[in-house]
Formats: sequence, C-alpha cells, structure tokens
Amino acid sequence: MTAISERQQRAYIASQAADMRVNVELETEGMTLNIGPQHPATHGTLRIIVKLDGELVVAADPVPGYMHRGYEKLTEVRTYPQVNTLINRIDWLGSFANEVPFILAAEQLMDVEAPPRAQWIRTLLFELSRIANVTLFLGDMAVQLGAVTPVFYAFRDREYVLNLIESATGGRFHPNFDRIGGIKDDLPKGWIAETKQVMVKVNAFCDELEALLLGNEIFNVRTRGIGVIPPEVALSYGMSGANLRASGVDWDHRRDTPVGLVYDKLDWKVWTHPDGDSFARYWVRLQEVREAAKMVIQLCDGLPPGPIMAKVPRIIKVPEGEAWVATENPLGEMGYYVVSKGELVPFRVKIRSASFNNISIVPWLLRGVYVPDVITILASLYFILGDIDR
Amino acid sequence: MSAVVLAELAYWQVSILRVLGLLAAVLLPSGTIVYLFLFKMMSFMQSRLGPMEAGPYGSMQLLAEVGKFLQKEDLFPDGADRKVFAWAPIVVVASTFIMYTVVPFGPDAWFANIPTGIYFALAVSSVSVIGILMAGWASANKYSLMGGLRSAGQLIAYELPLVLAVLGVVIQAGTMDMQGIVAAQRNGEIFGIGFIGNPYIITQFVGFAVFMIAMQAELTQPPFDMPVAESELVAGYLTEYSGFRFLLFFIGEYATAGAFSAIAAVLFLGGWSLPGIGFDADIMNVLGPIVMLTKMMLIVFLVMWFRFTYPRLREDQLQIFAWKYLIPISLVNIAVTAVLKVAF
Repeated sequence: MTAISERQQRAYIASQAADMRVNVELETEGMTLNIGPQHPATHGTLRIIVKLDGELVVAADPVPGYMHRGYEKLTEVRTYPQVNTLINRIDWLGSFANEVPFILAAEQLMDVEAPPRAQWIRTLLFELSRIANVTLFLGDMAVQLGAVTPVFYAFRDREYVLNLIESATGGRFHPNFDRIGGIKDDLPKGWIAETKQVMVKVNAFCDELEALLLGNEIFNVRTRGIGVIPPEVALSYGMSGANLRASGVDWDHRRDTPVGLVYDKLDWKVWTHPDGDSFARYWVRLQEVREAAKMVIQLCDGLPPGPIMAKVPRIIKVPEGEAWVATENPLGEMGYYVVSKGELVPFRVKIRSASFNNISIVPWLLRGVYVPDVITILASLYFILGDIDR
Repeated sequence: MSAVVLAELAYWQVSILRVLGLLAAVLLPSGTIVYLFLFKMMSFMQSRLGPMEAGPYGSMQLLAEVGKFLQKEDLFPDGADRKVFAWAPIVVVASTFIMYTVVPFGPDAWFANIPTGIYFALAVSSVSVIGILMAGWASANKYSLMGGLRSAGQLIAYELPLVLAVLGVVIQAGTMDMQGIVAAQRNGEIFGIGFIGNPYIITQFVGFAVFMIAMQAELTQPPFDMPVAESELVAGYLTEYSGFRFLLFFIGEYATAGAFSAIAAVLFLGGWSLPGIGFDADIMNVLGPIVMLTKMMLIVFLVMWFRFTYPRLREDQLQIFAWKYLIPISLVNIAVTAVLKVAF
C-alpha cells in the first residue's frame, strides 16, 4: 500500500501545481482538456475532464450522466414483464445478459424455479451474448490503439453470433426473451448444429486476433505496464468482471454463486492474469471468449429435453419481499435488488451495473500517464455507456 | 521525338506543358492511391467490398467524394486566426507540388532538372510541417494544437533518418542529380552481373528499410499517425477543417505519399529506365512515366500494408525509435557504404 500512497502523494502535488497554473521551471500553463462527451474514444457520451501538463495527465475527472435515462425510477411504474423490455437497454451489446439477473430475482421472490431446459437455454444465450459483447471489445481496443482492421473482423464474426441470437429470440440487439418461470420459446430447428459451426468461427477469430495483435510488438509496448491496477486497489474500487480477474483476483459469479444458471454442470475455467495492466485485461477477455465458445458447445450437447416454462399465473404479482441476485455479465458483476410490496409493479429496483464501478477507478488510474495512454486505459477498462448511466 | 518537339517550342510553351504535366503527375498518382489502396485494398483486407455504387466497382467514387467536399460549407471556427487558417492547406499542397518538380519520369520528361535534385526534394518536403503547424495553431482548438505540435516533433525527428538513408545512395551513385542516380543504377553492376543494372535496393537494403520507415512517419501514416490519431485527438490538426480546405489537406496527404514513393522509386528501384531500351530513347518519354507509376504503386502498397495492419505507437516511443535506433543504423550504413565505395 505504500507504493500507492506515494503515487497518490505525487499526483496530488502535481495537480496542485496545475491548479496554481505555475510550472516553476518553465513558467508554463497547464491545459484543461475536455475529452468528450462527443469523442471517438468514449464510444458514447462519457466526459472526462483531464488536466494536462504537456501531454502528461495530472488529474482526470470522469463526468458520467449524459445518457441517464432514469431506469431505476421507470421500473417502479412498469409491470415485471415490462421491466424486462426496459433493462434490455442497459448493456446494449449483450442484452440478454441484462434480463437474467432481474428475472432470477423475481423468480426468487415468487418462489418459482424454471425447468432445466429453460435454465440451459438461458445459460446458452447468456454465453452467446457474452461472445457478442466481448468480441466487439477485442476489435474496438485495437481501433482505439490505431489498428483499423481488427474491428472489421470483430464485426464480421459477431454478425454470426447476432444471427444466432436473432433466430432463437427474434431480436438481434434486444431479445426480451426471458420470462419469469422460463423462456418465451423453444429453440428453432437446426439451431444447435448451426451454433456449433459458428463457435468454430469464433475460435478462429480469437486465433486470428491473437496472431494479429498479441504478438505485435507495437501492441505490446502500447499496453504492457500501462494502467496497472493492483488487486487490492481493484477490490477497493468495487471493480468486477474481467477487469478484476486481470488484476489476479480469482472471482467469478458464474463459478462462485451459479444461481439459476447451470455453470456448475459445465467443464470450464476462470482465467486470471497476474499483471493487471491493459494487456492483461485484453488477454483475459480473449480467453473468456474462447471459454464461452467452449461452454456454448457443451451446453448444446447437454441440452435436456422437457418443458420450457414453469407454472406461473397469467398476471404476475410478486409477493412481498426483497431479493438480490447478481450474475457475471460480460462487463462484470450485474445485480438487481428488487423490493416488492405485492403489487403488479416493483416497489424499488436498485440496478448495480458493472461499468459504473469499473470507471470509478479512472481518476486514480489516469494520473501521471500520457494522453495516448488515456485512450488505451479507457479502452481496456471496457465500459458501455448505457451500463454506466442506466 | 519529344526532345525534338520541345526544342522547337518557345520557353513559355514548354513551361505551360511542364505545369500541366506536373498537375497530372501530382493528381493522377494520388487519385490512383486513394482509389486503389484506400478504397479497395483496405476493404479487401478488412473482408468487405468498399465503394461499389458509383461507377463499375465504385471507380467513380473519387468524383463523388470530390463533389461532396466541394459542396460543403467552408467553415471558420470562432477564434480562429482566419488568414493562417485559410493558407495552411495551400502551404501543405504547394510543398508537395514542389517536391514533384525534381522527379524525372523519362529522359526528357522532367519538370526541373536541378543538379542537386534529391537535396532540393528533401528540403522542400519539410515545408509541409509549417503548413501543419499553421493549421494546428490557427484552428483555436486544443486537439488541433496538440496534433500540430506532435506533427512538428515527429517530422523533425524523422527528417534526419530520411536524409541519412538517402546519403548512402548519394555516396554510391556519386551524384545528387536525380537523372544521374537513375543513370548510375542503370549502368551499375553487381559482381560483374549488369544486365538489370544495379537497383540500389540490393546494395542499399538497410538504407531502403530506414527510408521506408522514415517515409511512413513523414507521411503520418499508421503506425506513426499520432498527429491525426482519430481515437485520441479526434483528427488532430484536421479537426476544424471542412469542405475544400479539408480536400486540399487530403490531396496533400496522398500526393505526398506519391511524391515520396516516386523519390524512393528513383533512389532504390532504378527510376524510369528499362533494361534493353536505350537510356536516351525517345520511347522512354512515354514508357518511363508508366514504369515510374508502377514502381510508385509498389512502394505505396508497402506503406498501406503497414498502415492497415499495425496499431499506433505512442509519441515518446516514436521519438525513441527515431533517435535511438534509426539514426544510428543509418549512420553505420553511411560509414559502411563509404568504406565499400573506396574499397571497390
């Protein structure tokens, strides 16, 4: 911890100097640069106010809220199935994953359990949305670093996954497929075989990116040792997901608390990386896509027969009570704290989304780096604006 | 033939012909580069088709783009230094035009035959830095300013390895005259084998590699595109430009790519001359430009290949790369070349 406090001390002195707008040696002025709300690197409307000394960042302050849509309040005037439609829009790249924890929380309150086939299909779609989400990161990180080609490969291969999600659920981006007590429909004919073929393509994409980027010397010098987050700092800022695992913390909701999903029946591995830098975050996510593809194939093989809906009343009234369910979403831990007063609508829903906590480390992390590294770090932290602002 | 025709014309007529030829020499390669590499090759590398609607295989896309830029409003940001802002793109394009003047395309197809041609070309190539600095400063935009300053630092750092790499060729050819360098490569021989002459890419391969890297940086193409890094600085010094002035910068960028590749073709690939056809044959005034264009496109292909593959370096890493690696390597290259020149 001493290293951290020393670093913070230095950063504090530097920011004081920038505030005084005096650099004693050269008598230069600091510059305040407004990155965002409209900036290519924030892929959304995140605003970061950075104070610069030359190209060196002395202080950074993220200003979220430009996309705040008031979802927590809106859920209070919507019935449970309607809330499902709404929360699809939180992390819009892996939409299905947003629905699952909320539905699981409602099921917990109603004391309903989905039949096994529904649980397996849920897990299957959950992992597919993880692939759809993280493959885009794998390309986007490269484009933030200046390599334009990988992002097109990412969009190309992500398209197959989106087609799968569309043919199963009817929605490419916002499936709205999960129901309290099960799922809306069974899988279409021939879907399983097609999914296995697509997983081969996803694996090939991962190999391609590994060859194109991970071995590239420029990629290495741009990411290794940039934005190092020690494990205790990552935990103290409430980070989760691949960002946390890249710092060497072996923590994954899928393995530790597999509520309502069938991860405990699969053979898979939680990847961690000891370095905690941008490279580690990229590497961990790349391995997670591979792991997700592996899981999808296992899920396809082991899909049990049976019904897809449990018995639930037509009009859903959730009994009085409180429930907290969190799952390991593509971006990290996502949880819903649902309070019900026994009515058609929830009394209060607290949404814990991963990106909001993940970017809370930005002011700490961006001190003392160069402007290009700001972009590397932001890209490697990987946030979705809808997931920050809700 | 043309030598005879040119001799019969008055000076002003020859001058007009040369100016028209220069326009063609600047615009034709840059158009080819943009269509062939930026539109099509980039698309094929990224598993997409690129422009397909305007004309067969999108071949009229360039006209559509130019038409689009001409229609756009010529914007000046509030607080911009209007005069400097307006002149910056012209300075950049002018430096490119002047660079082309010393490039020979045939025995008589040249625009200005200066005895120290290569020296002149490298000198005027740095004038574009002034234009870029002007653009960065006059835009009254922090991103533009950072882009302009990065660009100045980068171009100054890479001017040195560029000149030092060329020096090896100059030592070997024994002349700074571009035509002389072409002739030296044509008449040269390697260990007695002389039927293709001695393109200096064979003996000066270190110089060629350094020249290509420095050229990539001079052209601010990835992996050295920090001045316009779109994910960091939005578009650097280009951020505030629109319409025709943006188009001028755009032409400047790709015409400079053409100019540098033309110089590289003359220095390392043997220029316009073809083995088997006489050095002063009149037919070379027609074939020479075609040969040159082919060689230029080969070199731009390399530049673009790197561009579409690599991520971007950081500004300090770029400077370290220039000062710690490229300059020492090119200095060693010069020393070795000089020793071997005396020895053989």
